[in-house]
Amino acid sequence: MSPVLDAVFWVLAVISVAAGIAVFRVDSMARATYALAVSFVAVGAMLLLLNLEYIGVITILMMVMEMAVMAIFMIMFMGMNPALMPMSMVHNRVGSLVLALGVFVVLAGGALLVDWPERRGEPAGELTRSLGEAVMGSKMLVMLTVSPLLFATLVAALVLANPRGRYDRFGDDLRATTPRGPGERGEQA
Amino acid sequence: MTLDTVLVIAAALFSVGVYGALSQQVVVMVMMGLELMLNGVILAAAGLWWFLSPAPDGQVLLLVVIAAMTVEMAMGFAVATLLNRSRKSDMTDMATDLSG
Repeated sequence: MSPVLDAVFWVLAVISVAAGIAVFRVDSMARATYALAVSFVAVGAMLLLLNLEYIGVITILMMVMEMAVMAIFMIMFMGMNPALMPMSMVHNRVGSLVLALGVFVVLAGGALLVDWPERRGEPAGELTRSLGEAVMGSKMLVMLTVSPLLFATLVAALVLANPRGRYDRFGDDLRATTPRGPGERGEQA
Repeated sequence: MTLDTVLVIAAALFSVGVYGALSQQVVVMVMMGLELMLNGVILAAAGLWWFLSPAPDGQVLLLVVIAAMTVEMAMGFAVATLLNRSRKSDMTDMATDLSG
């Protein structure tokens, strides 16, 4: 890797970790969301440096959109403009910090102490094409497993978030002949 | 850029995520910690793939991790919505019914 790309990598690395720390240091949730988005963009750019064009780009696109959705949820739940309301809602700060440092020491120590083997094989000429061929060929089972998982997630999320299920409309024994309307007797508001 | 440096940075991201997931009280902030942890996992998997065995299989693993992030976000938001509706709160400390 050229010195310029090496320098770019280090800049991105510092940005990703600093933005990650900023998520839990800034005093508003909106800023925390933006900091997390910056961290993800930096990691996505590092993936691009590793020639993972497809994965890097979808990481950046997906996470930026996800952070936008997260900001909407924060405003919805907190009932205020999170960018303007300084706040600190933490518990067991010291214990968490000690555990996090312990995890870092173990993981970083392992990364530095393990005698990693030499690289085996060379990357394909067109990495995105090779990924597509793997997904549509030898690794299709992986995608076939992920697909119903995502569908199940959609169903589960809708069931959890739905304010009025069938038990609300037809009673605990599901024997009501006509469905109850929102707020009617016997239904939780 | 070497495998060691990539893994150390991934470890730093993962550890910051651990701190967030353990210390934050707001459900959405806990989810941010989990996202940071998965961010580190993505970087580590990408580094291992590139420096050890750059076959297409590793890219498929990264797709699976990204799918896991999607699932985590969707379920997290659904649980946060449910918690907000039933308890009028989005704090983890208000949902300790099952704690010993």
